[in-house]
Amino acid sequence: MGAKMVDFGGWDMPVEYSGLIAEHMAVRTGVGLFDVSHMGDIQLRGPESFQAVQHICMNDAAKLQVGQAQYSAMLYPQGTFVDDVIVHKFSDNDYLIVINAGTREKDYNWVRTNAQKFHCHVSDYSDYYTQLAIQGPKAAETLQKLTNVDLSTIKFYWFKWGTVCGLPNTLIARTGYTGEDGFEIYIPSDEATSKRVWEEVLEAGREFGILPCGLGARNTLRLEAALSLYGHEISETINVFEAGLDRFCKLEKGPFIGSDALQKVLAGGGPERRLVGLEVVERGIARDGYGVFNADGKQIGAVASGSPAPFLKKNIALAFVPREYAAPDTEVFVQVRSAMVKAKVVPTPFYRRPKKQQ
Amino acid sequence: MAYPANYRYTREHEWIEADGKTGRVGITDYAQNSLGDIVFVESPKVGASVKKGEVFGSVESVKAVSDLYSPVTGTVTEVNEELASAPEKINSDAHSAWIMKVELSDPAELESLLSAADYEKYIAEETGH
Repeated sequence: MGAKMVDFGGWDMPVEYSGLIAEHMAVRTGVGLFDVSHMGDIQLRGPESFQAVQHICMNDAAKLQVGQAQYSAMLYPQGTFVDDVIVHKFSDNDYLIVINAGTREKDYNWVRTNAQKFHCHVSDYSDYYTQLAIQGPKAAETLQKLTNVDLSTIKFYWFKWGTVCGLPNTLIARTGYTGEDGFEIYIPSDEATSKRVWEEVLEAGREFGILPCGLGARNTLRLEAALSLYGHEISETINVFEAGLDRFCKLEKGPFIGSDALQKVLAGGGPERRLVGLEVVERGIARDGYGVFNADGKQIGAVASGSPAPFLKKNIALAFVPREYAAPDTEVFVQVRSAMVKAKVVPTPFYRRPKKQQ
Repeated sequence: MAYPANYRYTREHEWIEADGKTGRVGITDYAQNSLGDIVFVESPKVGASVKKGEVFGSVESVKAVSDLYSPVTGTVTEVNEELASAPEKINSDAHSAWIMKVELSDPAELESLLSAADYEKYIAEETGH
């Protein structure tokens, strides 16, 4: 396919196929296709699988109906991140947790260890599935050609099973990592099937200008939508409040791994540092790891993720700063090699997809 | 893509089109293709000194920053202002999108640079094609 490949957490992944900017714009204006099979799939099944999920994940799975998913995270006892996840409720006794590639083994061991005291079975299904993400305003029209399921009946962050490309019982979830409407489908992982489905999706999306998209566009898309990347906005040294993921953390549901430590953070007045959005206002690109400084030249933080934003045509970043610098319009400086480049704090997400009727 | 025969090249993928004592410098088509979409060019200032083999600026794609190494020693006489607002010109025509013009202090340096044929051989080896 002419992809430029790179190593990502032990996986050989394409950075770009035809060009990062073109791929990014295809997702924002038409449709793009990602192979996200590197992500992991952990299934929890059994009479206490719900309790296990509630214990291990910070969001409230009691809010889920069958067929519904939620963004969540697994925390260490100190309230910092093992990984961010999406929890899918298949039934009262059956949950699928989709996890990140780079942390697959760690996550699986974490779930297995912490689910032990509950009456449930934990399985790692990652190798059974190829996961494809079809993302963009034309994703639904593209996928609709390939499935008997009426996609208009699947709401955002819900899922159904149906026949896709002739494959029965395929999981179709209206989830994604791009800030656009879109679907993630889970198909059998044998090479022949995966390749066939990939080609069929590209064919179905051809009239909408579909492009296969690599990791480069995946990163710029999620950055514009201010979605977290493990090791950058979330990690084992960053807690839920610092990362700004409070709304996905339901302390009121009762104790779970990490809840005690988080209660203490709140009792202590909240986190000292916060993740904020930055927009660079002078010439320069703020990149991962660059220092963030105040007007007196003192370093106050660092960029977690930074890059040009192809759709917004601005240079943006997510950075950790002390809370006194977290208010929108606060002026800070980013050290771009030898220069101090002015940036301002802006609300996130940087990009929100246009509202349209579903 | 043809590499102009009258240009000389470096192993760091810069080109120079020299005419006696002055030269125009840019990056090769191979370089722009490896970098991907170029979004930012950091050019030297007019009047700055540049030295053969040393960094004179940088070029940024969405994903990465790449230093630019001067093929020659001399003084910068002009920079291509167009690249400030349209850095993508390097992607569309790398061999025309010059970055700086230099007054050479030692034109003999050109002789140690690669010819077009040698450069093409060099990149063929590098990519294993």
